[in-house]
Amino acid sequence: MSLQDELEKWRQGAYKKSIEKFPERKPVFKTSFNTPIEPLYCPEEDSYNYIEKLGFPSEYPYTRGVQPTMYRSRLWTMRQYAGFGTAEESNKRYKYLLEQGQTGLSVAFDLPTQIGFDSDHPLSDGEVGKVGVAIDSLRDMEILFDGIPLGKVSTSMTINATASILFAMYIVVAEKQGYKANELDGTIQNDILKEYIARGTYRFPPKPSMRLITDIFAYASKEVPKWNTISISGYHIREAGSNAVQEVAFTLADGIAYVEAALKAGLDIDTFAPRLSFFFNAHNNLLEEVAKYRAARRLWAWIMKERFNASTKSQILRFHTQTAGSTLTAQQPDNNIVRVAIQTLAAVLGGTQSLHTNSRDEAMALPTEESVRIALRTQQIVAYESGVADTVDPLAGSYFIEELTNTIEQKAKEYIQRIDDLGGMVEAIEKGFAQREIQNNAYRYQKEIESGEFVVVGVNKFQVKENSPQNLLKVDPSIQITQIEKINRIKAERDNDSVKLMLAEVRRAATSGENLMPRIIAAVKVYATLGEIVDEMKVVFGEHKETVIL
Amino acid sequence: MTKVDNLLLPDSSLNMRFLARLITKIENNSQFAEELLSEIYQENNEALILGITGPPGAGKSTLIDNIVGKFREQGKKIAVVAIDPSSPFSGGAILGDRIRMSSHFMDPNVFIRSMGSRGYLGGVAPATVNVMNFLTAVGFDVVIIETVGAGQSDIDIMYLVDSVLLVLVPGLGDDIQALKAGIMEIADIFVVNKADKPGKEKLMAEINMLLMLKQEQVDWIPPVLEVVATEGEGIDTLIAEIKRHKEYLTEHSFDVKIKKVERRIRRMIEEKIDERVHGSFKDNDRLNLWIEKAIDGKINPYSLIKDFDKKLTVLWEG
Amino acid sequence: MSEKKIRVLIAKPGLDGHDRGAKFVAQTLRDAGMEVIYTGLRQTPSSIVAAAIQEDVDVVGLSILSGAHNTLLPRVVELLEENGAGDILVFGGGVIPEADIPFLKEHGVKEIFTPGTPSDIYVKFIRENVQQHNDQGG
Repeated sequence: MSLQDELEKWRQGAYKKSIEKFPERKPVFKTSFNTPIEPLYCPEEDSYNYIEKLGFPSEYPYTRGVQPTMYRSRLWTMRQYAGFGTAEESNKRYKYLLEQGQTGLSVAFDLPTQIGFDSDHPLSDGEVGKVGVAIDSLRDMEILFDGIPLGKVSTSMTINATASILFAMYIVVAEKQGYKANELDGTIQNDILKEYIARGTYRFPPKPSMRLITDIFAYASKEVPKWNTISISGYHIREAGSNAVQEVAFTLADGIAYVEAALKAGLDIDTFAPRLSFFFNAHNNLLEEVAKYRAARRLWAWIMKERFNASTKSQILRFHTQTAGSTLTAQQPDNNIVRVAIQTLAAVLGGTQSLHTNSRDEAMALPTEESVRIALRTQQIVAYESGVADTVDPLAGSYFIEELTNTIEQKAKEYIQRIDDLGGMVEAIEKGFAQREIQNNAYRYQKEIESGEFVVVGVNKFQVKENSPQNLLKVDPSIQITQIEKINRIKAERDNDSVKLMLAEVRRAATSGENLMPRIIAAVKVYATLGEIVDEMKVVFGEHKETVIL
Repeated sequence: MTKVDNLLLPDSSLNMRFLARLITKIENNSQFAEELLSEIYQENNEALILGITGPPGAGKSTLIDNIVGKFREQGKKIAVVAIDPSSPFSGGAILGDRIRMSSHFMDPNVFIRSMGSRGYLGGVAPATVNVMNFLTAVGFDVVIIETVGAGQSDIDIMYLVDSVLLVLVPGLGDDIQALKAGIMEIADIFVVNKADKPGKEKLMAEINMLLMLKQEQVDWIPPVLEVVATEGEGIDTLIAEIKRHKEYLTEHSFDVKIKKVERRIRRMIEEKIDERVHGSFKDNDRLNLWIEKAIDGKINPYSLIKDFDKKLTVLWEG
Repeated sequence: MSEKKIRVLIAKPGLDGHDRGAKFVAQTLRDAGMEVIYTGLRQTPSSIVAAAIQEDVDVVGLSILSGAHNTLLPRVVELLEENGAGDILVFGGGVIPEADIPFLKEHGVKEIFTPGTPSDIYVKFIRENVQQHNDQGG
């Protein structure tokens, strides 16, 4: 069969089926000079080994995309990460964003919440409500989502070490609103391995942390089946200074580790694997980034098929993207709007399922309402005005793009082999392998900036004398006091006998190995605090100490 | 010169600031160090001076963290000196060992100091010895010296401590062979850390075999212990063995001193010979001539060596 | 062999886990011939000060990106003073808005290096300030 015959087969098959369920956004897409834009373009002759290396969208190896029509039917989800200070303020910001056209919620938590300390813990001093919302108990979660129907929105929560507890709280809040768990749609990041490598908000050591993750997989696959129980992240690895190949390699290696852990825990691969999702960075080099996403899709499909013998649904790599915060400068901050626009293009041309765009004041503080609106408009302009969403995988066939895609895939494969040789990702992390690779790359990159070899506009070239930026967001320092008062009130008002019982149950299940999720849900319901639940687990699991490589 | 009067604060706790500043002076000014030490030095036989060395990644600092914890339970005052290599290019250093002892930062009876090797390649860096002697003299019950067993000076300091702990981990390849010559001989206690990792049995077998080969006429047979420092496993046994060695030293102190000095001199001679011989191989006309002749079959390498041996006898007994 | 080296403590106070910048600074200071004691993540102001005193450093560099700088940085300065080590210089870096810099300086932080500052700037800063301090008979 010729390539053109294959294309026709796909059009009559997967494509036709898809538009019956998800009609395209317009009856006809056309150019400015009135010629039609097809859903997909392929080479005339097959000089690319097309079927094997590229395939058709929604078909193995998924290089060109995970759905037949991609953005022609539905644009990517515009999901801006937000949350700061109190649950009340965050609730206001969510409502604002939903009004402005955002299509999914993304929750940012403060560091004490992410690591498992209540707002009244000594280590929380100065940190409460700074990088996200402070959640000490179910009460804060109720306020956070007040007036927001959880059964009708899709919510992504950036939470890792304490994911089990926040997930439990979400489920309980939704239940109180009248929604059943199996109606809920969303994501928890829940990727502890990258915390050890690049992000730093771990609490327990690797083994018990993996156990918590598989407990969540098992629980959700039965009770919350629409939920994405993990967002295997490369974003932070890139932010820590890795290059594009390392971003793909370490992320997929983490994925392999999670799959192996779940299989070891007795889960069926085709039950949990379809719910695995990924999270990548959108960096400055547009062409490299597009190739990176395509390479990641192809490589993951190959891994799932060949290594784990998984079925189609499990082979598909779906991902969220965030534009690269570390590329944004404090100097001439309006330039950042341009950077983010380019990074948005990269993510869209790369086929992302959802996108967060950073605001221009990223290098200085949390974004103001105006800055965040511009970031959202950036996505909307690309979606509606630029035309790049009108056909699938438009850059395919570019000599450069295909070459880059092949190279990134190849080099990432080599890294994964090295990690396998070290005994897998958990071992590699304990040995400091990934951390060292990232650090060396970060050092080299920074040196290139300092020497001027790598130009950063406004920083080492085209500088101007600037005034201090005005109107930055300030987080009210009295939040810590308010939260502490709240905790005291909760502790006085709740049924402390029940709390004691439920906490003991958490400790018992942590020891026995039973699934912790039901016990955590029960504890959360009686208003046990986050810190109290974590402390029970800490007794059994211990705490992780940093592996420092310098 | 009553420099040391300020060492204790009114509440009898250690004046860390004063102590630390003195150490800086000692590190940078050997004359000052010698004067100070001659003033305050007293034979502190109760003090236990531990040397802990091993390849990078062996978990020495984590192990020390555990050891410090145990000694603190016994109410002892502890000083740790962690030595890391300085960059041969810039002379600077990143000293990161104390991170793994962070649970003891706030303990007023634990003093942790990081030192760079400062380019000292061979022999004992005077700064290290002076700091070690100072800490012993001011009354710490336990003084721990930690080095990465890579450089010669890292090994040489071990001749001056009471007990040498060599920390090894399974699965790091041929690390025993790669260890600096001499370290296996002076280790008093072998610690196999990360003993839960694959390759442990192989490593222990290698150590035991090497111990058998290097058997000396000595009463102390170095124990080979398994620990998992990150879990705190095996630490009680380690402490017991350290105590046992201390008792042995106290009983046989003179013999042990002889043995240590003998080992040291012997090693220094071996190194000197090594250095001379290998140094002389370069551009040595006579040697090149011998090689040529040996290739042509004109001389027999064995008789060559016999001849050489005769000359050495003269040197040695002369 | 025993010229006085400049000793610097680099620490990450609070819960912030972003250590890429701190590690880079540690490496450049080492390359500049200084001895850098790196204390790692999750340090409280008290433990930073305890380490700074035991290591008798000339300078303490604090990296913080979580917005908690107005609480944590002045606390370190305060504790150094309380423990008789007020002559140890403190500088900071990370995500710290310029508007907060005067407040921090008022509370004893000698300088804040915002993102994008080339390394020769802070190396020079440390050298000059330590030199000045030594000249004053510190």
